[in-house]
Amino acid sequence: MKHVFTVRIGPAGFRVGSDWRAPIRALERLYAGYPAPEDNIPDFTVRLFAARPWRHWLRPSITLGGDFVLPEAAPLPLSQGVLAAEMAMNLQMAMGQRRYLLLHASAVEREGRAVLMTGLSGAGKSTLAALLAARGWRLMGDEFALIDPASGLVHAFPRLVSLKNRAIEVVRKALPEGRFGPLLAGTPKGDIQHLVPDSRSIARMGDPARPALLLFPRFGFDNAERGLGPSEVFVRLTQASTNYVALGERGFAAMTRLVREVAACAIDYPDADAAITHVERLWATL
Amino acid sequence: MNRDATLLARALYDPMSAAPLDAAGWTDLIAIARAEQLTGTLVHRVADVPKPPAASRILADARASIADQRRAALWEAEAARRALISIGTPIILLKGTAYAAAELTAGEGRSIGDLDILVPRDAIAQVERALLAAGWEWAKPDPYDDAYYRRWMHELPPLIHRERDRMIDVHHTILPLTARITPDAQAMIADSVLLDNGLRILSAPDMICHAAAHLFADGDLAGGLRNLWDIDRLCRDFMMRHEDFCLSVYKRARHHGLLVAVQRAFRLARDIYETPVRGYSAPICVSLDSRSSDALFRRRLLARDGWGRPTRRLTRFGFYVRSHWLRMPPAMLVRHLWTKWRKGYRSA
Repeated sequence: MKHVFTVRIGPAGFRVGSDWRAPIRALERLYAGYPAPEDNIPDFTVRLFAARPWRHWLRPSITLGGDFVLPEAAPLPLSQGVLAAEMAMNLQMAMGQRRYLLLHASAVEREGRAVLMTGLSGAGKSTLAALLAARGWRLMGDEFALIDPASGLVHAFPRLVSLKNRAIEVVRKALPEGRFGPLLAGTPKGDIQHLVPDSRSIARMGDPARPALLLFPRFGFDNAERGLGPSEVFVRLTQASTNYVALGERGFAAMTRLVREVAACAIDYPDADAAITHVERLWATL
Repeated sequence: MNRDATLLARALYDPMSAAPLDAAGWTDLIAIARAEQLTGTLVHRVADVPKPPAASRILADARASIADQRRAALWEAEAARRALISIGTPIILLKGTAYAAAELTAGEGRSIGDLDILVPRDAIAQVERALLAAGWEWAKPDPYDDAYYRRWMHELPPLIHRERDRMIDVHHTILPLTARITPDAQAMIADSVLLDNGLRILSAPDMICHAAAHLFADGDLAGGLRNLWDIDRLCRDFMMRHEDFCLSVYKRARHHGLLVAVQRAFRLARDIYETPVRGYSAPICVSLDSRSSDALFRRRLLARDGWGRPTRRLTRFGFYVRSHWLRMPPAMLVRHLWTKWRKGYRSA
């Protein structure tokens, strides 16, 4: 394609081709510190293209393509090019990743052990990961936690952190020195701004960690903590996984191991400070 | 960047041709294979070819994935067998599931999506009832689509299992009833071969006839490289067991009205995958001399660039129009498209 960008995020290499220069330039800037795909052979190809020739120029809109596609994915305006690339890259992982059990979860690490946080959209996964990273945790990712079925370890996928709506302001305050992408107003998911993971998270993205705590946060409720039985954890995690079924027996083994070995807790929180307190307190009890 | 899918076709029939590829070459090869649903096949073919570690890792992931897919497909066939056993009618596996169940080379690494089965037309109502009772549901609840399938198609409207989320296509013949060619489905069923698991597959010549019909007498050649690869592998398997296999295919194809489609399939398989098929002058005369139109088919089959993008828009559109032309008479086609267009218009 006319404009090309390649990058490695954690273990996955990507090649992004685009009909336009602007999204590629934005990706180059935001992913500046990241390595190239292993052996320069990407795991996945992503295409950002104009579905009709005149959509190059006339109300230019980006159609998402790649090795794996959803037929119903709606096109995005050219101004949301970074979001389009991120969505298409996530889609390749969600549909095409077969080495790791994928959990739709954010993850942070301290001393070789990781906290995984999963929940519905709006639960605060990305926000909590960014805030914990601001307090010295290593950010492993805000979208996917990759569980290696062979070792049970979690591998990092530290793509750009996608902050939405009110979370943008909260994180900007906590990270005044942080590097942010452009504010994308009025996307299908509301306002979005990307945060570049700190240099330590990028430098150490090849280091896996032992899962130590599974959290199921919910934002907008009074403070509460509730332990979860293994069957509930199992069901919630299968819902949070995009490739559990496709991995067959390996997926089941990785999932049950996670449920058996890792402490799990549901936390409700009214604001960011309360959530951090929950996480640090639970971490201290491990 | 590679401008068409020749890179993939070559890597499949001559795996060592992939050995000198650089990073960009492997990247294109993998993207094309994914787009043509031939990744698993490629994995098998290039297993012994030296390649960069990243390419090995990516292909190893695909290998594991294909093995899981194969297990799920065979399990789905078994689920259908259990649901239909009490009817006592023959159940014939078609396409990918058949190749996997019969352990044919064509099944090695092949991606398998839906379960396709063929049953006698007079058993179709019983089969439908039994599947609905066993947890399958209609995938297309639209009344026009439903009526269209029942009246004109060679299969029931697609059913999907509510727990396993897998589709089943129940055929009673191999081409739409509206097509000009009407293969002898009864003969196909009568000559089918029983497997150890109680399910059946088509006889070897009928398997080729079906694959050729699917590729050249129906559809717009989407996924054509994979279907042609099936034909190549089936021919190589069966020719090893039976020297005059091609002749038996021609005889059978003539009976079904599919000789032209089979000749086309053999010429293109020979052209693209170097399939060692041959013509005959006696006892029947079947020539495999190239036709000028083969170039157009070849152009369409290989219309995929190194980014995995469909290319050659006009050629593709031509074959899309051709697929409808083959499938139904002109007046009916107009009525069908009119109904479809109005529906799209209303729901938009």
